[in-house]
Amino acid sequence: MSVSPPLRTMTVWCPDWPVMAALEELRPDAPVAVLENNVVLACSPAARVDGVRRGMRRRDAQARCPELVLAPSRPDADARAFDAVLEAVEELSPGVAPLRPGLCALRVPTRFYGGEAEAAAVIAERIVSLGVWDVRLGVADGLFAAEQAARRAAPQDVVVVPTGGSGDFLADLPVEVLDDPELVSLLRRLGLSSLGAFARLPQSDVHTRFGTHGALLHRLASGGDPHPISRRQPPPELVAALALEPPLSLVEPIAFSLRTTAERFVADLAGHGLVCTAVRIEADVDGVVSSSRRWAHPRWFGTADLVDRVRWQLTAQPAHGPVEAVRLVPEVVEPLGDHADALFGPGADEQVERGVARVQSLVGHDGVVAPSVQGGRGPASRRALVTWGERADGVRPAARPWPGQVPAPAPATVYREPFPALVVGAEDQVVGVDGRGGISCPPARFRAQQGDPWQRVAAWAGPWPVDEQWWDEAAARRVARFQVVGVDGSAWLMVVENGQWWTEARYD
Amino acid sequence: MSVTSLDPVRSELLAELQQKVERIQSGPTAEPVATHPALSGLLQLRAGGVYGVDAASAALLLAAGPSLAGAWCGIVGVQDLGVEAAQTYGLQLERTIVVPEPRERWLEVVAALADVVDLVLVRPPGPVRQGEAARLAARLRKRGAVLVAWGEWPRCDARLTVAGTRWEGLEQGHGRLKARRVRLEVRRGAAPPRERELWLPAADLAVRPVEAEQVRRVEAVPDPVRVVS
Repeated sequence: MSVSPPLRTMTVWCPDWPVMAALEELRPDAPVAVLENNVVLACSPAARVDGVRRGMRRRDAQARCPELVLAPSRPDADARAFDAVLEAVEELSPGVAPLRPGLCALRVPTRFYGGEAEAAAVIAERIVSLGVWDVRLGVADGLFAAEQAARRAAPQDVVVVPTGGSGDFLADLPVEVLDDPELVSLLRRLGLSSLGAFARLPQSDVHTRFGTHGALLHRLASGGDPHPISRRQPPPELVAALALEPPLSLVEPIAFSLRTTAERFVADLAGHGLVCTAVRIEADVDGVVSSSRRWAHPRWFGTADLVDRVRWQLTAQPAHGPVEAVRLVPEVVEPLGDHADALFGPGADEQVERGVARVQSLVGHDGVVAPSVQGGRGPASRRALVTWGERADGVRPAARPWPGQVPAPAPATVYREPFPALVVGAEDQVVGVDGRGGISCPPARFRAQQGDPWQRVAAWAGPWPVDEQWWDEAAARRVARFQVVGVDGSAWLMVVENGQWWTEARYD
Repeated sequence: MSVTSLDPVRSELLAELQQKVERIQSGPTAEPVATHPALSGLLQLRAGGVYGVDAASAALLLAAGPSLAGAWCGIVGVQDLGVEAAQTYGLQLERTIVVPEPRERWLEVVAALADVVDLVLVRPPGPVRQGEAARLAARLRKRGAVLVAWGEWPRCDARLTVAGTRWEGLEQGHGRLKARRVRLEVRRGAAPPRERELWLPAADLAVRPVEAEQVRRVEAVPDPVRVVS
């Protein structure tokens, strides 16, 4: 009886993944740091040269590298960007388990590529072709050792830990790689600075002293891996096909014969707990696809819906000859559970999410936003529009006091870009505001935007000076706001900055 | 073949009949939809209806009614949305979907949203063709969604316009905008317009009708002064 070889794990690591997304909009050699909770989460090579490190406070990072570009952390966007890498790896080898943006694991496809290093080279080449030049791979028995191996690999290279050699490989590493600050600090104080030293402790003693969690980390340190990687299930074969013998040219008989196929299609999906919300219908003539079209359904396809779609498609784009085969290819399938709610209640939110997904397919992911009110002084800065489905990062709390904010009621129209306005006194001289908050003359007439007719001022108030972020040269703003009502009853919020009037909002 | 031109009375009659037919055809689906309490007795939204408005505050007020009652709202093509004002009028932002720039695909976006939300507020970027409007109206009736069209729209069930505005609280050089009285007019086909005075909003930021004893007509506004220099 032969012992089956242990399953080997490969990890693919793209270092500083959060920075990659941020760098796309800047020069590749720009110093960039991605911040989370005011602490550097990741930084670009240029920033690292200047001494910026992961875990550093923002102020320290800026002190080392004054021209550092700071970007907020956007985990959702990172994960979305990493999908391209996952798909590329999945093309080469099935069963990829994403661990976090920038890191994924898979079983090593040794036999097909003729070796572990060869397989790694193929995968690295594929990822580099996506434009991700810094990719590192590691191969080991377990996930933990494989990740550590990838971290010690050169760019576009692989470190292979031989079978059974995980313990030896890990022994020299510092205890910090365990990523548990509390335990690491304790081990350091106990004089255990390497994983090897930690691994040499008897397992029962570790369990007594550090509990289950400590015992788990002890097993990691000694090269045993408790986590088998969980693979994504390949989707089941759900395409339903109907072969027509002899081929038919009339639409009605085709639709009639298709009924049982459509029933089987819906039943197969239901057997997997799925429903189909988008389907591609293909019809073959003389062995080639002559008619193909994608159909989406606001809820999901039933048998009658599918037969209708086939009938519509074949009527709208008639085949060139007798149809030999019709195929129903599910393009989007969703769990039945998401839709089952609708039987008992409105099930609104799930449906809304689906509707939004459809709108996003029309106008792009960033085209749909969720509105909210955030803290700020001007009406435009109090408006927060967050891309639908993303977490609202960087939204300022509205409940705090914001001294100098424009008093309620809020304007119903807040212009995205303020446009130049003109406010003049009785002698047609532009109204100015001096440094002490005085005005040069009372406003008499105004023009809210170029091209508008001049209007007499019926009532006005101001200036309300705002001196924002004087400590930051780039963001500092000294403005004075006015409320102006014209004789036609229209009310405006205007702002003076450096002698120039702008219309910010309209109370309409 | 000659076409006899219709005299105005007959064409008006025709329009009225057309509306009646439409109302009967849309019969069972035209269930009442929750409307903002300040508008009760003036305008009742109905499922599948199209309502025209001419100002941001009127549009947001119409959207606020269903939103307050727990419905989802979609806002399409409004880049300059005053989010805070919308909240003041009662729009529930957590149940609001905004598509600020749908560009030329705005009609598809409205149709897609109408499938899943109860009210869509749209500001069309250009003139709307009769055919497009009719197709969309059919879809709205089927789905039981309400459309609030901000701007020109062919054939609305009703049109809500802000006929007069007066701000209170602002003086010459002091005070601040505190409350606003507006005169809202609802036009429904050829019927005479109905109107009501509303605090939009009142000094305590509530939206409510002006009490009977306080009703003084907001004076007709003069034309903006044109200065020739």
